Amino acid sequence: MNRMKSLHQEGRKEQKRYLGDDQWRKARNLRALLGVLAQTGREGVLEQRRWLRLRMDGEELTEQETALYDRQIRVWGVDAQRRLSKSHILVSGMKGTAVEFCKNIVLAGIGSLTLMDDRMVTEEALSANFLIPPDENMFSERSLAELCCDSLREFNPMVRVSVEKGDLSTFDGDFYDKFDVVVVSCCSLRTKKLINEKCRKRSKRVAFYTVDCRDSCGEIFVDLQNYTYSQKKLVDTIEQQLQYPSFEEAVAVPWRALPRKVAKLYFAMRVIERFEQTEERNPGETSVADLPSVLKLRKELCETQSLNESHIPDGLLERLLAGRREFPPVCAIIGGILGQEVIKAISGKGDPLKNFFFFDAFDGKGIIEDISNPDTGS
Amino acid sequence: MDAEQQLQAIKQAKVLMVGAGGIGCELLKTLALSSFQDIHIIDMDTIEVSNLNRQFLFRQSHVGQSKAKVARDAVLRFKPHINITAHHANVKDPEFNVDFYKQFNIVLSGLDNLDARRHVNRLCLAADIPLVESGTTGFLGQVTVHMKGKTECYECQPKPTPKTYPVCTITSTPSKDQFEGGGGGVSLPLARNFSLPLARNLLTGTISLSCLVHPCLSFSHLCTPVLGCFILFVHCIVWAKDLLFSKLFGDKDQENDLNVCSNNATSSSEHAEDVFKHILDEDIEQYGRRIYDHVFGYNIEVALANEEAWKNRNRPKPTYSSDILPDKLIQQIGNLDNGATDDPSSVSAMGSLGLKNPRDIWNLEENTRIFLEALKLFFGKREKEIGNLTFDKDDQLAVEFVTAAANIRAASFGIPLHSLFEAKGIAGNIVHAVATTNAIIAGLIVIEAIKVLLCDTNSYRMTYCLQHPSRKMLLMPVEPFEPNKSCYVCSETPLSLQVNTHRSTLRDFVEKIVKGKLRMDFPLIMHGSALLYEVGDDLEEDMAANYAANLHKVLSELPSPVTSGTVLTVEDLQQELSCNINIKHREEFDEENEPDGMLLFGWTQAPPMNMDNSLPV
Ligand SMILES: [Zn+2]
Repeated sequence: MNRMKSLHQEGRKEQKRYLGDDQWRKARNLRALLGVLAQTGREGVLEQRRWLRLRMDGEELTEQETALYDRQIRVWGVDAQRRLSKSHILVSGMKGTAVEFCKNIVLAGIGSLTLMDDRMVTEEALSANFLIPPDENMFSERSLAELCCDSLREFNPMVRVSVEKGDLSTFDGDFYDKFDVVVVSCCSLRTKKLINEKCRKRSKRVAFYTVDCRDSCGEIFVDLQNYTYSQKKLVDTIEQQLQYPSFEEAVAVPWRALPRKVAKLYFAMRVIERFEQTEERNPGETSVADLPSVLKLRKELCETQSLNESHIPDGLLERLLAGRREFPPVCAIIGGILGQEVIKAISGKGDPLKNFFFFDAFDGKGIIEDISNPDTGS
Repeated sequence: MDAEQQLQAIKQAKVLMVGAGGIGCELLKTLALSSFQDIHIIDMDTIEVSNLNRQFLFRQSHVGQSKAKVARDAVLRFKPHINITAHHANVKDPEFNVDFYKQFNIVLSGLDNLDARRHVNRLCLAADIPLVESGTTGFLGQVTVHMKGKTECYECQPKPTPKTYPVCTITSTPSKDQFEGGGGGVSLPLARNFSLPLARNLLTGTISLSCLVHPCLSFSHLCTPVLGCFILFVHCIVWAKDLLFSKLFGDKDQENDLNVCSNNATSSSEHAEDVFKHILDEDIEQYGRRIYDHVFGYNIEVALANEEAWKNRNRPKPTYSSDILPDKLIQQIGNLDNGATDDPSSVSAMGSLGLKNPRDIWNLEENTRIFLEALKLFFGKREKEIGNLTFDKDDQLAVEFVTAAANIRAASFGIPLHSLFEAKGIAGNIVHAVATTNAIIAGLIVIEAIKVLLCDTNSYRMTYCLQHPSRKMLLMPVEPFEPNKSCYVCSETPLSLQVNTHRSTLRDFVEKIVKGKLRMDFPLIMHGSALLYEVGDDLEEDMAANYAANLHKVLSELPSPVTSGTVLTVEDLQQELSCNINIKHREEFDEENEPDGMLLFGWTQAPPMNMDNSLPV
């Protein structure tokens, strides 16, 4: 037994010498996390065993790391965890909902998270953001994204969290290649379309999501392009294919072509979105004073689309216009649903939603709507 | 509603949060962001390493500290000017009495066990404070508003429920200590065997085991004492899969509580350490039998040694392989050699044993054979993978092993056995993203809490967070159920008890009915003004002696005789619960169907639900 032990110690020292302390530890953690399962053959098995023994003897793999590794492998399965830990996610617009989402995926153990939001901290930004302590000294010269980044890093040391400066919609297509998932929040209709198109033009799939909360309402849009996954039934597995429209395609689907009971929130959000675009407002820069103009726009849109105006109630529009501040419970709900969706899409496990999700705290319903061209499905 | 009015209601509210775990962390954060100013938290737990990657308010440096206190400090960092009071204590402590509850406008619960939930329900009813109850399992979650007289209470009867349904609590072994161990010399065999940390994680959502929710078996209500065999069997699966399977075939290095139950016996820990090691050149069947005897025999014996724990429960039966299969397995099984070219991933113990139909329920002997054979096949054909296996429901041999192990355990505990098909469905339904469900549920709790504070009674909803959309909905609100008029907890309807008053003792009544069914911890039993029995620390010696003597007497021979027509009053002072029981004498009871020798009416145990996709809208 002692001889075995000293052999292991020898092996460990050797590895350490070869890789250098830091590299060595990283390699070990990574292996631990991924389960060292990819290796095959006799050599591979011997190697695995050696690593496992090393881990047992090793004092540098902390209990915390072991616990992280253990739970994630147990909960997600090795394969899903491997995919998650290799995934790179970009989030633009750090308001409350995006912050909730970031917390969820960092806890889940993605590979890296890149944050974009150059705005400075305002009282409004703080109100639904639990990542930023209200210590005014810290705010000087630091953007929202930078402040959020600091806190998110603490949540899970295994996830690389970083900040990218600039305006995402002006970035070259190459930039998007670095990511598997792009989430944009609080940006204009034009920007949404633009970023979505850039994601679609990449040779690999870059999943695109938008998320917005206004008052006590929230909306998620999903574009997974062509998505194939195995749908698990109790006994067997079926190959499922989904064709997603882009944001532009989806919102261009004629309203009269939509099924009768589409969530009112869908229409209301389109009206507001359109209003902000025509008036060149920043997203969310609205107030109840805008209601008359918005009602006028609603009338126009409903007429051209042959939709009865009662599908877009005044009260709902009024709430959306007035609700500049996010409602934290809704941020938690929408950020949670979005987290689950992104995790599904990365891990390839579970039925992803297609392609809109709405939540309104008034009726408490969380509804999935498929807004796509009925002929092509996209 | 007016935004200003809403904000005022929130700012003036005093909120009690019970539980600072998975839901609790999310809830406290969302409450603080939503401008709540005065929050009390009760949680007796301390932070464990395994909490860290889900319960986001906690860090490595907090391990061992009070959850309630660390959660408070973490939230105060981003919301410094609100009042959060942390109670690092058991919610069942007597200090949290009706008067304590009465200072709050609302109670929000993110508890992890049934017993504490019942307790909180009873106190909220007694104090007439609205309660928002919640629970999550994997992708599934539920939020319910309980308001005395307006909506059902937590213990009203179960009702038909959606196909997939959140059951947030382990209920098979309702012991008040079930989740409160975590050290000391006290052994809680059953709870320990089901793994204390595992159980707790399951309930707080730090580990996803939605195997609790089986998609093809709709069953009972989150809020009711679900004691169906199905759930009990789920525990056997969890044990077989997460403890035994991973101990034998998984990463040897990981935390595993399979043996914790024996840690009170000093000599046994060594016994436990070595038993799972496969000794070089040891016959695999010999090895398999050693494991078998250890986990199904020895461990159960150790558990049984603690008499206290079995007072209220059926005692499990230790099972030894030689009793089931006296002889070494004959070599119809041992076709290890002739199949050397077989694809190792397709080996099957069912195949070797000629068992074909996965829907058959194997008997104990068949399960024992499968157990030993599957172990043999793992060591014979898939040795390379041992040490690295994680349970995969598409791995036939793994499913066979887990099914057999779960069934053998079930047999020891007197729980009905299940087929491989059923076991696979339960064991394989692993979902992820538990942290996200907790966040969603916390958001829903706050939305309901605000409605309660605004007295917006008509818009209260019970909301389900579903895994698969139902009518396009992932979050599905339904109208709250009305109170059950005959609920013994929230209504004054008397219960009735059929009992042989000449044969059953007061102890039988206390154990089987008062504690076993009504779930009272500190009961007081009165016949008119005569006190028959009472539990408490502060009893006078002579009274205590009287009560002890009463326990041994049959009902009709008590100092104040209990006969047909007697009305007994049973109270629990800590739970502030009181109910009347009409006694009816009955001579004979069927030993098999009525093993208690008494029958309680007006009290409902969750019946097994039929398969039903309909939703209660
Ligand atoms: Zn009730």
